[in-house]
Amino acid sequence: MTLSPEKSETRPVPEGHVRLTIDGIEVDAPQGELLIRTCERLGIIVPRFCDHPLLEPAGACRQCLVEVEMGGRPMPKPQASCTMTVADGMVVKTQHTSPVADKAQQGVMELLLINHPLDCPICDKGGECPLQNQAMSTGRTDSRFVETKRTFPKPLPISTQVLLDRERCVLCQRCTRFSEQIAGDPFIELLERGAQQQIGVAADKPFQSYFSGNTIQICPVGALTSAAYRFRSRPFDLVSTPGVTEHDSSGAAIRTDSRRGTVMRRLAGNDPEVNEEWIDDKTRFAFRYLTSPARITRPLVRGADGVLAEASWTEALRVAAEGLLAARAEGGIGVLPGGRLTVEDAYAYAKFARAAAHTNDVDFRARPHSAEELEFLAATVVGTTPETGVTFSALEAAPAVLTVGLDPEEEAAVVFLRLRKAVRKHGQRVFQLGQWSTPGVEKTEATLIPAVPGGEAAVLRELAAGGGELVDALSATGAVVLVGERAAEVSGLYSAVAELATRTGAKIAWVPRRAGDRGALEAGAVPTLLPGGRAVTDAAARAEVEQAWGLAAGTIPAEPGRDADEILAAAADGVLSALVVGGVDPHDLADPAAALEAVAAVGFVVSLEIQRSAVTELADVVLPVAPDVQRAGSYVNWEGRRREFGVTLDATGVLPDCRVLDTLAVEMDVDLFTQTSAAAGGDMARLGSVAASGAVPTVGAADAAAPGYGQAVLATWRQLVGSGSLSIDEPHLAGTARPAVVRVNGATAERLGLAEGAPATVRTARGAVTLPVAFADLPDGVVWLPANPVDAPGVRSVLGAGHGDLVGVTGAGNLDGGAA
Amino acid sequence: MTENTDTTGTESRPDPLTPVLTRRWQLDRSWSIDTYERTDGYTALRTALAAHPDQLINLVKDSGLRGRGGAGFPTGMKWSFIPQGPTGAGAKPKYLVINADEGEPGTCKDIPTMMADPHSLIEGCVITSYAIRANFCAIYVRGEALHCIRRLRRAVEEAYAKGYLGRDILGSGFDLDIVVHAGAGAYICGEETALLDSLEGRRGQPRLKPPFPATSGLYASPTVVNNVETIASVPDIVAGGSAWFRTMGTERSPGPKIYSLSGHVERPGQYEAPLGTTLRELLELAGGMKDGIPLKFWTPGGSSTPLFTAEHLDVPLDFEGAAAAGSMLGTTAVQIFNETVSVPWAVMKWTEFYKHESCGKCTPCREGTYWLVQILERMVHGEGTPEDVDTMLDICDNILGRSFCALGDGATSPITSAIKYFRQEFLDLIAAQPAVARPEQLADLTGASA
Repeated sequence: MTLSPEKSETRPVPEGHVRLTIDGIEVDAPQGELLIRTCERLGIIVPRFCDHPLLEPAGACRQCLVEVEMGGRPMPKPQASCTMTVADGMVVKTQHTSPVADKAQQGVMELLLINHPLDCPICDKGGECPLQNQAMSTGRTDSRFVETKRTFPKPLPISTQVLLDRERCVLCQRCTRFSEQIAGDPFIELLERGAQQQIGVAADKPFQSYFSGNTIQICPVGALTSAAYRFRSRPFDLVSTPGVTEHDSSGAAIRTDSRRGTVMRRLAGNDPEVNEEWIDDKTRFAFRYLTSPARITRPLVRGADGVLAEASWTEALRVAAEGLLAARAEGGIGVLPGGRLTVEDAYAYAKFARAAAHTNDVDFRARPHSAEELEFLAATVVGTTPETGVTFSALEAAPAVLTVGLDPEEEAAVVFLRLRKAVRKHGQRVFQLGQWSTPGVEKTEATLIPAVPGGEAAVLRELAAGGGELVDALSATGAVVLVGERAAEVSGLYSAVAELATRTGAKIAWVPRRAGDRGALEAGAVPTLLPGGRAVTDAAARAEVEQAWGLAAGTIPAEPGRDADEILAAAADGVLSALVVGGVDPHDLADPAAALEAVAAVGFVVSLEIQRSAVTELADVVLPVAPDVQRAGSYVNWEGRRREFGVTLDATGVLPDCRVLDTLAVEMDVDLFTQTSAAAGGDMARLGSVAASGAVPTVGAADAAAPGYGQAVLATWRQLVGSGSLSIDEPHLAGTARPAVVRVNGATAERLGLAEGAPATVRTARGAVTLPVAFADLPDGVVWLPANPVDAPGVRSVLGAGHGDLVGVTGAGNLDGGAA
Repeated sequence: MTENTDTTGTESRPDPLTPVLTRRWQLDRSWSIDTYERTDGYTALRTALAAHPDQLINLVKDSGLRGRGGAGFPTGMKWSFIPQGPTGAGAKPKYLVINADEGEPGTCKDIPTMMADPHSLIEGCVITSYAIRANFCAIYVRGEALHCIRRLRRAVEEAYAKGYLGRDILGSGFDLDIVVHAGAGAYICGEETALLDSLEGRRGQPRLKPPFPATSGLYASPTVVNNVETIASVPDIVAGGSAWFRTMGTERSPGPKIYSLSGHVERPGQYEAPLGTTLRELLELAGGMKDGIPLKFWTPGGSSTPLFTAEHLDVPLDFEGAAAAGSMLGTTAVQIFNETVSVPWAVMKWTEFYKHESCGKCTPCREGTYWLVQILERMVHGEGTPEDVDTMLDICDNILGRSFCALGDGATSPITSAIKYFRQEFLDLIAAQPAVARPEQLADLTGASA
């Protein structure tokens, strides 16, 4: 196929592009584009293994060889199209038009197969294997290799989660390049050389990476398999459904593969705007809760004997409605939706609270929180969208980023990957206001701004007032401040962030940990805001909502409601007569013991849960609700981006929260019009949203607590892999958790009598945690504990203390009263 | 292969020319700085430091010096690729890296040079660093050459003590530090980009090019990587001038060259001769074939250069001559085999080397050598099949020009050239030939006792 010269002359080459010919087709390509990408755009698929669009080129497998002519002269050797960039006037012939390229590709394929085992029938990858597929398209039908194949013992566990089969490996280095470039966890490397070259780990360092599962997904053969999925299924038996992660606020696209009603595995979806092609291991592997024995699939009603017993939906809803109506008439109802809801479900809770419970006592925040936080969210966060707020792309382009109350790798892993990408690609400056140089700090080459827990706001205010490096960096156009939900644990921190942003012009983005938090805020599941960011105190807004919902004027109380802590306190005191509780784990709250007491003390509790929990044990009525795979809906991620997903599995006996609440409300003689997720979403959309309003909070910075003798200030936050109600029953994932340790600096360790590696006990009047000591660069007088160690109760539950509180610390020797 | 190698055995009869590179080798304590200085050592350095760096680059360009590591790239041109100036890549530090990872089978010229006359290399390093404006030079020596590393380190110490290295060399204001780095004995680390990775402390595997070392070499900075013999030639060019240098050798391959003769010759060793000397002339210098047994095949420049046979005795051994005859000059490691040697056996041994040394990065070299060795070993054990020769040629075709670096190409040279000239010997090894199936006979066949 040739094109007439007139045609190309009439069409100027666009700025920044070059014009080349591939298989006779003239094409314009942006300068610097790799040939293999240009071919893809033309629909010409050159076979490849090591090439991956998100990894730096390697040119290792040599499968993608094509013939190239430059300036009318053919290059003497076929060229790897995955490493060669386009040039003006280049003439490229792929396997479709060049016998040389075709022979080269066939030759490389034959060589790749000589040492590859013929175990496709039992290989996890069989049926979705790039080697298998390309051996069909580019390989011989028979083998000339009659010699001895190289063998290795297999499989080799390189972590509790990832298994390595070295015989199947084609040494494309995708996994090692991913780990080094994208995740920053180069714990797998090439070892040995020649035909003995293999992927391996150091003897004492397994593949401890929060992102290891991605290597399994990008492995072009079955060399890397997961302990969770190995031998479980064949790809062609699986039904794939696109979805959105429920484990964090990233809104990462995932693909759920199920077989006959059971989820077999989850993979990263490809969304260039959000998670690119990467997800963290928790998102990938933590789905066994779906099939946990603790799942609830039938309504439960507490009988006269005080025992929960299975009941019909009709019965359970009648009991629930009667109890709630009585409570409404008495002290009132508090609503605690939790942070794991789709925006539609959160909207149903918000509407249920106002329309059915006649209260503003609704708060999704199942974690330490503050009134300052609500003011901050109302003034700066609610209503922002990707068009108006910070996005992943904006984050990547930002010249500087400050994170506050957020260790991205632990609490927003996909955000961490973007930051690391930006650091590597264009030298983004990252600052982290925190306590120690966590692995995430190191991998984003971040500058740690150390602060004693509780004193973060003061540190930030001082930096903002003093000018200097941080202020200069954040003053650049496009700079971003990422603030996490932990900011609520430090009085004045949200105010300090708002002030810093005003001063520097940096954009603020709020990155909560849970998938449903942002959506619940938009849906009005908070005591101060109605759906769409309308202030409860705004009479016009109330009237608008009441009219839209068909409520009698004045149904929505004019006063802001209680926040979650206040709701629980009121419940404990008997001021409130009933609670409607969604997916809330009392152990996540600021004072778990008080929360449990409140749930036990309140007169009537309706629990909407997917599995047995501390709340269901105390509830009067338990209504089984659907986990993500059995409901449709959408999450609003931290960007304010709506991420819709459909039903993956048919529900058996469970219903989405919005449907349950709708029916419950009907029993209470109120119509919510939230029978389905779509209905709830439509209802919410009709209401629309208003711009963020209200003044930013101006809470003064508090001073950090001063530790006395034998004391330290506690720093604590959650790690990605740890205990959690959605991480249960997944031992392989739990095995990749970072070791639980007490972190402290050397000087403080000496003062407290702690030795590195030896156990230390952190105690309060309520309890004690004993873990080995590891040194880190914390400020003096501070100890750090993981908030949610695997297979152990959370720090708050044991100590009744949290970030910024004083704790007693003793070394192992001191425990025995000096016996050692 | 290098039995009786006499590293100081430059033969003077008949004398085609006054030796240049090897002229000090037979002196007493030739490696000491005293001997070196007594024989005009470090005088070229004074001349060089008085000149402008660009003048030196032009001088070397004019001399026509070409890289002695095998590829024959014009040295002056390589130096001129180093970006200079206060901005961009020119603003980065520049580095000189000496490739002394002599690993090509049969090659034994650089280690003797560094043993017998280390200061010629060091002086060359100082001049070259001055020319390319580098203040750091690393000499990457093959790790097995421990004695050589010690001698080189001692020589570097001597040069520091005398002010030829360090700060303000000879009052010129020019600073240079030299580090002698021991490699770990991997053939791949003789490939310049793998060498750079290894020098940086990484796994030695070739890098993607571009970027080339001239702009992004050691620590991503402009770097010249040159062979020992190339740089050891530089002081003589500075001292003698480009015209004098061009009196030796040929128009496009000027200068002297150390030919390393090994194998079945009477006096194996290093023979310095102008480029373009033929094997016939070299054999005369070396006293002819050992015990008068006729020549069967030979390599002009190490095992990665296609074989020659007795037909090629008069091929001029310079870059053009070797190429015109279907091979390459390579490292001028002339391995000479007489009629007693089985070609398939020799090719098998070479291929075992390539399989052992393949770095594993790319598929063709890693898997191809693995396969070829097994075919050759099977054939040599008398279990060849009629298809084997064609299969090997096809595998070689799938490696040559398809591998990541030139080492994969090199692995195919002995096989394809051996089949080209000695196909019948391979065909004789198919299973129908029981005579060679018995290993005890193989020793006689191959000359393995040599």
